[in-house]
Amino acid sequence: MSGLKREGDHAHRLEALRGTTPQQPHDARAIAALAANPGCARRALMDGAGVDKDAAARHLGFPAPFGQSPFAITRGNVFEALVKADGCAELLRMLRELLGLTVAEVAYHDVENVGAHLRHAHTRTLIDRAARDGHDAGTLYDHPLLSLEIAGHTAYLEPDVVAFQLGGRFHIVEIKSFAVIDGQADPSAVAAAARQAAVYVLALRTLLEELGHDPLKVSHDVVLVCPENFANRPVASLVDVRRQLAVLRRQLTRMTSLDRLLEELPEDLTFDLRPDEDGRPTRPVAELGDALRRTTARYAPDCLSTCDMCFFCRDEARQEGASDLLGRQVRDELGGVASVTEALGLADGTRDPAEGQEEIARLLRNAERLRGECLA
Amino acid sequence: MSLLTSLARLRALDEGIAQPIATVRHCHLAARPMVFVPLKLSGEAAAPLAAMLGTDRDRPRLLVVTQPRNRDLRFAWAAELAGVLLPYVEGFLHRTETVERRNADPYERAVDAPQIVVPNQAGVGFVRLLGRSMRFRRADGPWPVPESVPLLGRWLTYFGERAAYPGSSLMPAMTEELGRHWASGQSGLEDANLAALLAWITTGPSDDAEDPLIWPPAGPATDPGFDAEVLAPAMESGSPERVTEALRTQLEPTWGLMWQAIDLLAGLEAGAGVASRWEQDRGSFSGMAAHIAEGAPPQPRRDGAVAAAAKLARMERAQAAYDVQRAYDDPLVMAEYRLTGEAFAGEVVDTDPGNTEGEGRSRKLRPIVVIKTDDPVRLAPGASLGTPQRRGQGAELVSAGDGLVTVKITKGMGRGRTAAPGAVPEIGERVCYTSLTDEFQGSPALPDAEATPWTHGGPPQEYVPDDEDAQEEWS
Ligand code: SF4
Repeated sequence: MSGLKREGDHAHRLEALRGTTPQQPHDARAIAALAANPGCARRALMDGAGVDKDAAARHLGFPAPFGQSPFAITRGNVFEALVKADGCAELLRMLRELLGLTVAEVAYHDVENVGAHLRHAHTRTLIDRAARDGHDAGTLYDHPLLSLEIAGHTAYLEPDVVAFQLGGRFHIVEIKSFAVIDGQADPSAVAAAARQAAVYVLALRTLLEELGHDPLKVSHDVVLVCPENFANRPVASLVDVRRQLAVLRRQLTRMTSLDRLLEELPEDLTFDLRPDEDGRPTRPVAELGDALRRTTARYAPDCLSTCDMCFFCRDEARQEGASDLLGRQVRDELGGVASVTEALGLADGTRDPAEGQEEIARLLRNAERLRGECLA
Repeated sequence: MSLLTSLARLRALDEGIAQPIATVRHCHLAARPMVFVPLKLSGEAAAPLAAMLGTDRDRPRLLVVTQPRNRDLRFAWAAELAGVLLPYVEGFLHRTETVERRNADPYERAVDAPQIVVPNQAGVGFVRLLGRSMRFRRADGPWPVPESVPLLGRWLTYFGERAAYPGSSLMPAMTEELGRHWASGQSGLEDANLAALLAWITTGPSDDAEDPLIWPPAGPATDPGFDAEVLAPAMESGSPERVTEALRTQLEPTWGLMWQAIDLLAGLEAGAGVASRWEQDRGSFSGMAAHIAEGAPPQPRRDGAVAAAAKLARMERAQAAYDVQRAYDDPLVMAEYRLTGEAFAGEVVDTDPGNTEGEGRSRKLRPIVVIKTDDPVRLAPGASLGTPQRRGQGAELVSAGDGLVTVKITKGMGRGRTAAPGAVPEIGERVCYTSLTDEFQGSPALPDAEATPWTHGGPPQEYVPDDEDAQEEWS
C-alpha cells in the first residue's frame, strides 16, 4: 500500500465511519476532553470521524449523565458580561495589576463586529498585524475565532476568551464562573479550565506559526478570571498550562495517526446513525451497538465524568466482567489481572496462575484465606 | 485501598452484593444525631437553596430559600437554620465533667457532643463554605444580620474543619462511613452516590439509584434536569409553596436513606477505640465552645504558616493513630497488615513462661512464646511488637521461619519473678502480633506563632474581621 493511497484512504474511512450523520464540530471542551482517556481506541475513532457521541449514546439507550443547570448557565453569562462590560474595563483593571501593565492606553478590538463568516479571517489579520508590529501597546481581542486541525478536520474554536497582547506577547484569558474563596478554588474546576485554555494556547500558537511568527509569543501562562469569594467581583490569576499543553499535543498526534486503528477495522464498518429528515436516528440500535463493539474501549470510572459514551461502555465492561469497573486503583492492585472471574479464580485456587501471575496469585490466595478466617 | 479491599470489591461484583470490610463499627453514633441534608443553587459557590434536617426521622424540618438570589431571604434562611442547629449544639454544653491534666489546668469537658451527619464529602465542603459565608457577618452596621447568623457561621466552620480530622465523628459524611465498612462492586467514584452505595449494601446494585427521577442526588448539587424542568418554572411562577414542594421531592428520598444508613451502622458493634476518639471529639467541641464564650474572634480566612504546619502535623499523627486503633480493634483491618507481613496471627504451640535473661541483679523475666502461622512474616529479629489480645504488653521478635515465630514478652507481664496469671498465652490460644504500635509521638518542634520565621510570613497578625468582611457581598 503506497503512502499516498493510505492518506486518501484514511480520510475516506473516517467519512465512512460517520456516514450520513452530520459532522459534530469540536469545541475547546471536547478537544480538551480528548486528553482524558488517551488509550481508548473507540473514543479516538468516534472523535476522529466527528461522530456525535451524545446522540449515539442517546440512541443506544445509554444517554450520558451530563447536563447543565439553567441557573449555572445564567450565572456564567452574567459573570462574563460583567467582566467584559464597557469594552472590558473591569478586565483591563485586573490585567494591569496582574501583569504589571504600565501603558495607560489599551486598544480594544471586538472581532465579532465583522460578522461570523469573516471572523476567522479577521482574527488572522489582526493577530498577524499585532505580531508584526510588535510595538508595546496592549491590545485586547474580544471574540476571536481560532481554528485547530483535528484528525484532518478544521475545528473552529469560539472562545468566551480574549487574546491579549502586550509587548509582543499574547496571553489567553479564560473567564469562568466558579468562585475563588480566600485564594482557593475547586481543584477539578481549575484543572478543567487549564485543559481548555491549553487548547486555545495551542490554536493561537499554530496560527502564529502559520503566519511565520514565533509561536512562543503566546505565553503558556493563561489568565484565569473568576468571581472572588461570594460576590460577583472578578479576580484574575495566572495559571501555567505547560503540562496540559504537552498532554494535548501528544493526544492530537495520536489522533492524526489513526491509520493503525482504521486498518484493524472491517471495511464496511460504520457508526452511521442514519438520521431521517428531522435528524432522528433510524439505525437499528443493535446494529449500531455491534458496530461500536468492534472497536476496543478502555473503560475507567473517570469516563463517567468525561465521555458521553460512558454508560454504554460501562455496561459493556459489566457484561465482560472486567475489573476496570472498580477503578484504576483496584486494577493496579491486581497487577494486570483483567477479569473478575480470573482474579477470583486465582484467589480461591480454582485457577492456576499463568506465567508471570505467580506473585499476584499468591497474594490473592493469602487475602482470600485471611478474609475467610476473619469473617468465619 | 488495600488488596484485601480490592478482593472484597471483586467478590461484591461477582455476588451482586456488598461485602463487609470491617467486623466492628469504627465511628461513633450519637444517640440523637442531627441529620442535615443541604442543597445549593447550581452555579453558585455557597448560595443555599434548601435543607432538610432534624433529630427525629419522622419529623424533618424543611427550610427553603424560595428566591435564592434574594439576599434578605437568604439571611432569613440562615437565621432559621441557626434556630434549629444552635439549640441542638448548645444543648450539649450544660452537662460537663472536670478533666485533670498533667502540666495544665483542669478543664471542663462536655459529657456528650453534637453529631451532625451529612450525606457525602461534598456536603461537608458546602457546610464549610456556608460557615465561611456567615461567620464574618455582623449584627450591627450597614448590613445587619441576626446575631445567630455569624455564630452559626463559626460553628459550621468548626464542624466542617473537624470533619477532616481522622477518626472524628462530629460531622461524618455518610457515604465515607459506609465505605469504610462495606466494599461495593462499583468504583469509589460511584460510591459517592448514597442511593447507589446503599443499594449495593442492602439489596444489590440497582440502575434506579442513578436515575435522578427515582433517586434525586443527595446534594448539595441538584439534578440539572430538575433545575430546568421543575425548579426554574416554580421560581418563575412566584409561588413560594410551589418551590417548597418541589424541593421537598428532592430532599425526602435522601432523608430516608440517611436514616436507613444510620440503622445499618448501628447494627455493628462499636470498636474498642471508638469511645476514646469520641472523648477527643468531646474535648475539641468543649474547647471550641470555650473559645466562643471567651469572645475570641471568628476563625481567620486562612491559617498562618505555623498554625497550618501544626495542624498538618496533628492530622498526620491522628491518621496514624486512627489506622493503628482500627487494626487493633478489628481483625479484618489487621488482616491487611498480616497480608503485607507487618503482622501475623496463629496458634501458640510452645511457651516458656519462666524464661529469663541476664544474671544476678540484672536478671529479667522474658517469657517465650512460639506461634505457628500461615502468614508471610516480614519482620526482622529484634522488631518490637504489640498484640491486640493483651494491649498493654510489649514483645520482641526473636526468630521467624518455616511457619514458626518465636517472640519474647518484654513488658506488661507483671513485676514478679514469674509472669502474672494470664500474661503469657497458653498453648492452643490464638494470638496476633504486629509491629504497629500506637505509641504517643511528641509533636514536632514548631516555633510558637509569635516566632514564625520571616520566610513563612513572620508572626501572624491576629485576625480581626473588619467592616469589609461583614459587608462582603453574598450574591
Ligand atoms: S466512555 Fe467508552 S468511549 Fe468514552 S473514553 Fe471511556 S471507554 Fe472510551
